[in-house]
Amino acid sequence: MNTSSLIESVKVRFPAAVSAFHAWRGDATVVVRREFLLEVARHLKEDPALKMNYLMDLTAVDYSTFGKKPAPALFSSSGVAVKPAAQIPDEDPWPGPPSSSRFAVVYHFYSTAHKHRLRLLVPVEETAAQLDSLTALWPGADWLERETWDMFGIAFRGHPNLKRILMYEGFEGHPLRKDYPVNRRQPLIGPVN
Amino acid sequence: MAANPTPGTTTAARAEPAQLETRDMLLNIGPAHPAMHGIIRIVAKLDGEQIRSAEVEIGYLHRGFEKMAEVVDYNGVIPYTDRLNYVSPLINNMGYCMAVEKLLGITVPERCHYVRVILSEISRVTDHLTCVGATAMELGAFTVFLYMIKAREFLWELVEKVTGARMTVTYCRVGGVKADLPDGFQEPCRKAFQETRKVIAEAQGLLQRNRIFTDRMNGTGVISAEDAVSYGITGPFLRACGADYDVRKDCPYAVYDRLPFDVPVGTRGDNMDRFLVRMEEMEQSMRIVEAALREIPPGPVLVNPGTGRPIPAAEMVDLAKMGKISAITGGCAVACPTLEGSGRDRHPSIATDEKRVFLPPKEDGYGNIEGLMQQFKLVMHGHGVRPPKGEVYFPVEGANGELGFYVVSDGSGSAYRVRVRPPCFAIMSALHMLLSKDMIADMVPTFGSVNMIGGELDR
Repeated sequence: MNTSSLIESVKVRFPAAVSAFHAWRGDATVVVRREFLLEVARHLKEDPALKMNYLMDLTAVDYSTFGKKPAPALFSSSGVAVKPAAQIPDEDPWPGPPSSSRFAVVYHFYSTAHKHRLRLLVPVEETAAQLDSLTALWPGADWLERETWDMFGIAFRGHPNLKRILMYEGFEGHPLRKDYPVNRRQPLIGPVN
Repeated sequence: MAANPTPGTTTAARAEPAQLETRDMLLNIGPAHPAMHGIIRIVAKLDGEQIRSAEVEIGYLHRGFEKMAEVVDYNGVIPYTDRLNYVSPLINNMGYCMAVEKLLGITVPERCHYVRVILSEISRVTDHLTCVGATAMELGAFTVFLYMIKAREFLWELVEKVTGARMTVTYCRVGGVKADLPDGFQEPCRKAFQETRKVIAEAQGLLQRNRIFTDRMNGTGVISAEDAVSYGITGPFLRACGADYDVRKDCPYAVYDRLPFDVPVGTRGDNMDRFLVRMEEMEQSMRIVEAALREIPPGPVLVNPGTGRPIPAAEMVDLAKMGKISAITGGCAVACPTLEGSGRDRHPSIATDEKRVFLPPKEDGYGNIEGLMQQFKLVMHGHGVRPPKGEVYFPVEGANGELGFYVVSDGSGSAYRVRVRPPCFAIMSALHMLLSKDMIADMVPTFGSVNMIGGELDR
């Protein structure tokens, strides 16, 4: 299935769940509301036209400082923004972060039968950083969700063993959040347990 | 049973073994155990010698790659990618650079694609040699390990000829590669492959008829294709189960769709099949390199268009500092041997013509104001490569499976988020299942065939 029909098929099946979509640089992307995640993921896996048998990747992005860094235009030293060259396409721009929520959990699915990929974005608020676990559908989600919990502090409902994976128990904070300073050190002295 | 027992006591004696109280034993293996390569801890619950369940603990080599990638500029991430899978760093370089190129929407010259493919495939052979050699060593076949490291050395010499380094190569750049292949690269490559093929044949002879090796590899660490897919396992580990997913075939990138190669698959999904798949993949990778070296489009059409006299690079810098530009205009820089092939004549065939992405050739950087400005705009703080706002995911076939880079840009000079999909993370998440029901001694070959690379697993 090509990119647009892939997005269309999810949109038609779940009109209430899909809040936005785009195919920037050819990556089919659908933004799904949090409460529909499990339903949509099951459909992606089981629908014969989609057959997304792989959960390739699961991660999150902290959008809290997005666009807050000064970003001068390309080659704008004279104060005059220069249009990007013909080789760097700027038509059909990326629509931006999926929503005003702080986090977006990113799922990358792949189908070996149809050889298509789909990215699912699920916006998650900081105050309710919790969403359904996909471990029942893909056991591989187990470690990936643990890593997302470890790095971003996003909890997964129904996960059998949600604990830290790369950092140690007792580590303070979630290191990939934008408010975790890059130079903060937490020396670990002595055995953990 | 010397005395003739009464019927009653016989029953009691028979029932007794069933009532023997057995307790599960917890065995802690690693992280300082040599078979765990120093960075994995497995807590196994044992019933006698059988593993009932296992818990795998990772994170001992976590360096915060993804966090660091957010604070350095786009080209500054490339040295960090070397340290992900440090046995095949060129594939990591290529994957990251192609992801950023997709973000930018630029393409590289065809010759550059071929150069990247050639070096990735050489890296894949070195990676498989390391994995197979280490597995064999852990099963007692130390000779095979030494032979394979010898073969790896021949291949690393090739890598060194091109990149100037053996392991941490930092060879790819966003929009191209550092330097072209050295002249007459075919000949050393042919020799190295000849040696490698000899070693592979020797190793095959030493291992495949070795009773100890085959007994320990056959039927251990079995996983079905469905389970492997549900855990997100890719690469040779998946192909040993019979599924033929290979990023190079199914989602071809660079020039893989033009090169001839087969995807070997196994049938049983055990350690032996994984060994055999890796052995065959090495041959296929060498086949790709040979075809690519035949098909690679020629480099510079005009040989040495500089026409001027060759100037040593250091002298060129001095002249430029003194402002004697006229003395170096038209000259061509003679760099150290490992930097050869990055000069102005080679530049168009190894780098994109997008001036906002790739550094100018040294002759221009030192010799004219346009080159100097281009250099300045790319290396000074607050400048650099600036992709438009957006997000992309780009997968390449790493030595362990699908290596994906998910990059989010906010339009500034450093990435907003860089996420690596490390191929051995998925395999390690299924390791507890592979180990349970096997004997404790089977842990060694099973863990060996995972080809756990701490750099990419823990990032």
